[in-house]
Amino acid sequence: MAYDFRQSPVVDQVGIEERVARFNTRSIKKGSKVQALKLALNMIDLTTLEGKDTEGKVKQMCYKAMHPHLALPDLPTTAAVCVYPTMVKTAKEALKGSKVKVASVSTAFPSGNSTMQIKLLDTKLALDNGADEIDMVISRGEFLKGNYNFVFDEIAAIKDLTHKYNARLKVIFETGEISTLDNVRRASDIAIYAGADFIKTSTGKIGVAATMPVTLVMLDAIKDYYFKTGIQVGMKPAGGISTAKGALQYLVMLHETLGNAWLDNKWFRFGASSLANDLILQLEKEAKGVYYSKDYISVD
Amino acid sequence: MAKKEAKKLEYFTDWKYAPSPEATDHIRLQKQYDLFINGKFVKPNSGKYFDTINPATEEKISSIAEANDKDVDSAVKAARGAYDKIWSKMPAKERAKYIYRIARLIQERARELSVIETLDGGKSIRESRDIDVPLAANHFFYYAGWADKLEYAFPNRNPKSLGVAGQVIPWNFPLLMAAWKIAPALATGNTVVLKPAETTSLTALKLAEIIQESGLPDGVVNIITGHGPVGASMVNHKDINKIAFTGSTGVGKWIQKAIAGTDKKLTLELGGKAANIIFEDAPINQAVEGIINGIFFNQGHVCCAGSRLFVQESVAEEVIKKLKDRLETLIVGDPLDKNTDIGAINSKMQLNKINEYLKIGINDGAEMYQSSCSIPKKGFFVRPTLFLNTSQSHRISQEEIFGPVLAIQTFRTIEEVIEKANNIPYGLSAGVWTDKGSRIFNLTSKLRAGVVWANTYNKFDPTSPFGGYKESGFGREGGLHGLMPYLKF
Repeated sequence: MAYDFRQSPVVDQVGIEERVARFNTRSIKKGSKVQALKLALNMIDLTTLEGKDTEGKVKQMCYKAMHPHLALPDLPTTAAVCVYPTMVKTAKEALKGSKVKVASVSTAFPSGNSTMQIKLLDTKLALDNGADEIDMVISRGEFLKGNYNFVFDEIAAIKDLTHKYNARLKVIFETGEISTLDNVRRASDIAIYAGADFIKTSTGKIGVAATMPVTLVMLDAIKDYYFKTGIQVGMKPAGGISTAKGALQYLVMLHETLGNAWLDNKWFRFGASSLANDLILQLEKEAKGVYYSKDYISVD
Repeated sequence: MAKKEAKKLEYFTDWKYAPSPEATDHIRLQKQYDLFINGKFVKPNSGKYFDTINPATEEKISSIAEANDKDVDSAVKAARGAYDKIWSKMPAKERAKYIYRIARLIQERARELSVIETLDGGKSIRESRDIDVPLAANHFFYYAGWADKLEYAFPNRNPKSLGVAGQVIPWNFPLLMAAWKIAPALATGNTVVLKPAETTSLTALKLAEIIQESGLPDGVVNIITGHGPVGASMVNHKDINKIAFTGSTGVGKWIQKAIAGTDKKLTLELGGKAANIIFEDAPINQAVEGIINGIFFNQGHVCCAGSRLFVQESVAEEVIKKLKDRLETLIVGDPLDKNTDIGAINSKMQLNKINEYLKIGINDGAEMYQSSCSIPKKGFFVRPTLFLNTSQSHRISQEEIFGPVLAIQTFRTIEEVIEKANNIPYGLSAGVWTDKGSRIFNLTSKLRAGVVWANTYNKFDPTSPFGGYKESGFGREGGLHGLMPYLKF
């Protein structure tokens, strides 16, 4: 499908911000709130991406992913855990028998500053270790230079490898670095047309991570593609979403932009670590009518 | 990834929002409201009262006094007395303090005013709460600032107040229109007799209570209620110096005839049938939002509503598909629910008028498309409606419907769209959507409309003048321009 990425649709920032403000006035209460809190929990990619990660830390996090909160046994698991390629084996082992997927960052995460050869090897390492999902980063430098074909080819190459292993590919733009909403839209189009299964906002490694306006632009790109082709693409905002209230606002935006078909962790993820416990706190509040101490909720 | 055939998206099936109604236990409403004349609530001479109902439930809320000629006369006398003895002599700085105090009191009672506005008028609580009431307060704040600076606003022109202003306001933004009218009149040193529309008197009467509480001298603002003849009586009253009217073009024309030959000053803010123009290079997704806000804001009961959509043919298919899709996410229903986007039609009469236009549209051969949403059985509701394949000569493209009904036309060239946009007796507002700045400036100078919004729609601000061309009226409200109709030089 021929597509000139210089001709990506323009985005009006004021209009986007206004639309987001409108989503944020939605009032989600009672049963609809409990349903959404559980859904949000089920959409989390529980993440640890630190230099100081160890097998011990990853195992603990995997247990949390499978058993978010013992006091509420009917809670769903998280969607996945997200780790570095070297931790994939450990995570895979720890999650055995559960439905929780293992996602691995790759392609010289978080900067993406390496050669194609190394990026492919990095991805292969994760896949050989059993990763179900690959979270790649794009070369933001090349993107900002206008080398859209470079970025497209890079995504397409990683996609080919990932799909060979029947894994799914998420493409991270690091929207804080590509900066404008017009660029976010263009990057979304490039990734979607190059075959990404998911598009993702951020690495979580720089100051500006996921925002609602950026996510809305990406959802619009997904929607436009769906209208054209009937093909669904997933969305993952990552970084900076730490409260249940914030997560519900994202879900409202998702729901009213892409509808019911996307209200599933097959098509939407939150890249987050502390969000899970705030969701649990709110679910406890809905169940018991009062807030209780965070000391009752395990930190892993 | 298998290609799916169905490309229609579904909303609100798996995840429905639970009802989230705004509480009503905090509001204070009386069973019966009298006329506010000379600082007091007094019984109407007629002894008659009429019901005001909630258009979403058709239940009675309260009884409202029906004024007659005698009441109009005593209101005007009170206003004249207050003008001669107090208000015209008071230092402007002192006047400003009262106006400022009214603004503060509106803010303090914002929640109550929002709920009453929604109960009485049918508009969604989101709009009353986020738009009507805060904007009403802002108008008082803004004009409070001008009161002692008139000499600077009009240097070397020696501005002077007119005397008694008679103001007649519509039912679409009851409290906000009262603020639009009262705030500049007071700031310029005039006294006021105001008549709200008969279907929406309550917030004006609550404003009367606020005015009492503010300590504004008796008679400076008088609020009298009733039907059309009360307004007519005000227009014909000999001791009124200025008429300010917002409402239908028909009534506006009648007023202009009625005051011909008198020295009454006149401001008319009348109907509209605005063109909202989408060019192919526009940010389409945001433009779709703008179209939605343009026509469905306040159930389309907006004189400046973007009720004629012009889409460039190269993007028409995309825009219409997206509009149809967006209609499905508009929540229509209980106006008090915080999630409601489109509330109730203001009155049975208006509902009948809108339904009549839907029939006319279909009979004239336009293609009607409505949201699939369900609407409440009780109360006055209309599904958000698009008319496709309309032409300039269709009645639905020419006449003001004042409801959630959008007539869509396509165009090919910029000359064509300018001609069609201007080819209407109205000229209140217009919208232009394009990524190209030079095109915006080109169009704003060629569209004969008082307000032109670029890449947005239905934005209001006290600092910005608002008013029309042609049959949409004359005179400006808001901003520095809004002072002029209440001054002589």
